[in-house]
Amino acid sequence: MSTQKKTHVSTTINGEPCEFLCEPQQILSDVLRTNLNMTGTKEGCTTGDCGACSVILDGALVCSCLVLAVEAENRSIETIEGIAEDGKLHPIQQKLLEHAALQCGICTPGVVIASKVLLEKNPDPSEEQVRYWLAGNLCRCTGYDKIIRAVLDAGAVMRGEARS
Amino acid sequence: MNQQVKPVKTDFKYVGTRPIRPDGPDKVTGRAKYGADLNLPGMLFGHIVRSPHAHARIKSIDFTEALKLPGVLATMCADDLPDPGDRILPGAEIEMKLKDISPIIMARDKVLFHAQAVAAVAATSASLAAEAAKLVRVEYEVLPHVLDVHAAMRDDAPLLHNDMFTQGMNPPPTTPSNLSVDFTMDMGDLAAGFAEADVVVERTYRVPMCHQGYIEPHAAVARTDGNGRVEIWCCTQGHFMVRSMTAEITGIELGKIKVIASEIGGGFGGKTTVYGEPVAAVLALKSGRPVKIVMSREEVFRATGPVSSAETRVRIGAKNDGTITAIETDILMESGAYSSSPIMPSTMFAAACYRCANMRSRGREVLTNKAKVWAYRAPGAPQSIMAVECAINEVAERLGMDPIDLRLKNAVEEGDVPLFGLPFLAIGLKKALQEAKNHPHYRAPLQANQGRGVAAAFWINAGMQSSATINVAADGSLHVLTGNPDIGGSRASMALLAAEVLGIPVETVHPSVVDTDSVGYCDTTGGSRTTLATGGAVIQAAEMLVAELCKRAAAIWNVNFDDVEWSDGKAIARIGADLENLMEGTAAAASAPKVLTLAELAAMAGATGGPLCAVATLHAHNAQPAFAVNICDAAVDRETGKVDILRYTCIQDAGKAVHPAYVEGQMQGGAVQGIGWALNEEYIYNEKGELDNAGFLDYRIPVASDLPMIDTVIVEVPNPLHPFGIRGVGEVPICPPMPAVVTAVNQAAGVRVCDLPLTPPKLLAAIDAA
Repeated sequence: MSTQKKTHVSTTINGEPCEFLCEPQQILSDVLRTNLNMTGTKEGCTTGDCGACSVILDGALVCSCLVLAVEAENRSIETIEGIAEDGKLHPIQQKLLEHAALQCGICTPGVVIASKVLLEKNPDPSEEQVRYWLAGNLCRCTGYDKIIRAVLDAGAVMRGEARS
Repeated sequence: MNQQVKPVKTDFKYVGTRPIRPDGPDKVTGRAKYGADLNLPGMLFGHIVRSPHAHARIKSIDFTEALKLPGVLATMCADDLPDPGDRILPGAEIEMKLKDISPIIMARDKVLFHAQAVAAVAATSASLAAEAAKLVRVEYEVLPHVLDVHAAMRDDAPLLHNDMFTQGMNPPPTTPSNLSVDFTMDMGDLAAGFAEADVVVERTYRVPMCHQGYIEPHAAVARTDGNGRVEIWCCTQGHFMVRSMTAEITGIELGKIKVIASEIGGGFGGKTTVYGEPVAAVLALKSGRPVKIVMSREEVFRATGPVSSAETRVRIGAKNDGTITAIETDILMESGAYSSSPIMPSTMFAAACYRCANMRSRGREVLTNKAKVWAYRAPGAPQSIMAVECAINEVAERLGMDPIDLRLKNAVEEGDVPLFGLPFLAIGLKKALQEAKNHPHYRAPLQANQGRGVAAAFWINAGMQSSATINVAADGSLHVLTGNPDIGGSRASMALLAAEVLGIPVETVHPSVVDTDSVGYCDTTGGSRTTLATGGAVIQAAEMLVAELCKRAAAIWNVNFDDVEWSDGKAIARIGADLENLMEGTAAAASAPKVLTLAELAAMAGATGGPLCAVATLHAHNAQPAFAVNICDAAVDRETGKVDILRYTCIQDAGKAVHPAYVEGQMQGGAVQGIGWALNEEYIYNEKGELDNAGFLDYRIPVASDLPMIDTVIVEVPNPLHPFGIRGVGEVPICPPMPAVVTAVNQAAGVRVCDLPLTPPKLLAAIDAA
């Protein structure tokens, strides 16, 4: 396994062209974290159950632990490192802070990514829709209450209905 | 006792506000570095070889084939660690024998549970290390195992430790057994108490083994300087604990170890010990290269501290007017393969909410061939409180009394002496119960197939040792250094406390969690102690700083120290009429400036005595208990047995909520962990002693769509021993949810299931039988 030659992958990460070498069996979350040192994407299970490794792949929300790194060839990946623009927090990030919606913070990057995809698809979700959309993002600290409120509030800001 | 002589502060400017936490921006942008986020040049990857058997003698370990792989650079096993003998671990929260810890890091002679660590390899990539681990040949002599506490207590049960003699028995037993502890606490006359009772309720409740379920797996990186010094980076609740435990386990001199705490992705008690840290240190020393060890989720479930299961028989007697006359609890707690369960707190605190003259509580700890248990939020209390609170609800039902009224009638208050002997000072149980009773939730109507459960709970809270350093920078900004990993917003609390004492905007206070070389000793983040004790050290250091700033100002003004006071971030010379009379004719007094701000004093520090810095250390003996009350509404689908939590309210006495949003967060998080434990979470072992649900898919913690909003009410009855009235808040939230949920669900379904978790199949069976 380890004696296999590494594979060359050309991809786009957060809008920037990126090339890397990886082992053929390496999962995308591992390559982001270990090979590219982009450790904002977290690994809580590597079996697609916790959502901490959520990234956006060609516009779709995926667990990067369920994607082989070689599958990133010619694709476009958005990670947590690319969400704040020009040093300004995204409304979801800002609202998570204002609502104290993180305690340990390990699930937070995944929650930010998943919520961003939700609010792009559905700018005005109900509480229930937020709860079901985020059901794949495990949080053990908060009981979700403040996360749900923060995402609903961020949606209002993005719709121009509330102050950022 | 470090009794507080000063009155408790009650007027606050910054404490009680909700600023954005200082570490927040790094955590929402992915910049914050957690345990597995450190990569060093030349770093090797460690992989642990684990036992395939639940009980076996290790006959030999052979690394020959593994070492033949190019890129495999170091190996280790228990032979690389000193024999623990009978050493007691210094500084542990509860007394721990090294021989009950060291074999978890690397098994010696025997393995006592499936997936116990046996050996380790380090190689140039993670995949190579995994491959090499498969080539380590371990020869075992398989032994019979035991997985059930009752079976483990039988005379013919397989014996885990031939030197385990039951503690607490009089006379001490002469033969070893798997019953490690058996002790009883008594108060009053139990038989007389039950004789007085008009109603007696007796039940046995079972709470399953579960896991803390933190989302971040354990991770550590160790490196050496080539001269015997070791530096460890890891996610832990206590890096000073990692330093001392690594020293004890590996034999590396404590003074040569420096531990840097990364950000921590949850712990809940599960990260108050070491697993990969000592292994990484030994492999780094042997290879001369940095070594990283990251556990897989499966390893976390199989081999790190799960949580004790418990079977509690409870018997409560009460008079028709609701007066409780006797409470008896008998707790059988599972500890896994080594003695380390929280049987003591479980036994002592089971009925601590109630004033009752006649009480007895017996606690027994039993070993089984499962992973050794470890702490989980209010260790031991939820299991026994679960049984007592459900029984209290049943007493209320039998008496036709409101369950909150029954509790109010018997609730402990200041002056009462509980079973564990420490009289209560001012406490908030009655106030919390009253808040629950007045809450609109408690009066909201219920529909068919819905039920409502109430429960109250107690937790002791810890104090222990803490240190803090405060440096003032030239611009007057404050840099607060402490040694407690920030697991849920404690940096924000430290900043608020320092801001309060100095009277400066909280944004100008910059709190950091620094390594073991950079601040005085701090006990682990646990026992709900950080805001109380480390916060206490911050308050003391800030007060020392204020005194120093006043001294500097007095020197600048050439006035007496006593004539300078500190207010709202400024030194002010009290040069009024009185003072002028006192110091008549002194030129300095007449021409002195009246005010110097912190920034002005900071800028002049070099000319007035050097850098401004204060250091405080303390051993906090001022912890005081926390009480919480929960109300839960649940609905049960009679066709499927599925439970929906409809509404949930938590009420808790925080003493003083320093950052109320993070106090609410503790209450909400603890409630949901308790809901999970009541409804879904349990360890399922197969006959071979292998955990069958070692992943988040099958070990299902609550997800967002399982839950309603969790309402919170913070009660503030100040801790009379703390300068700011602070109690701990982190642990008690997990104590009331199980009985509140179980009572609501049983009421909704019209059944009485006493065996948790209340899964759909169990509920359906009970509904069908009813």
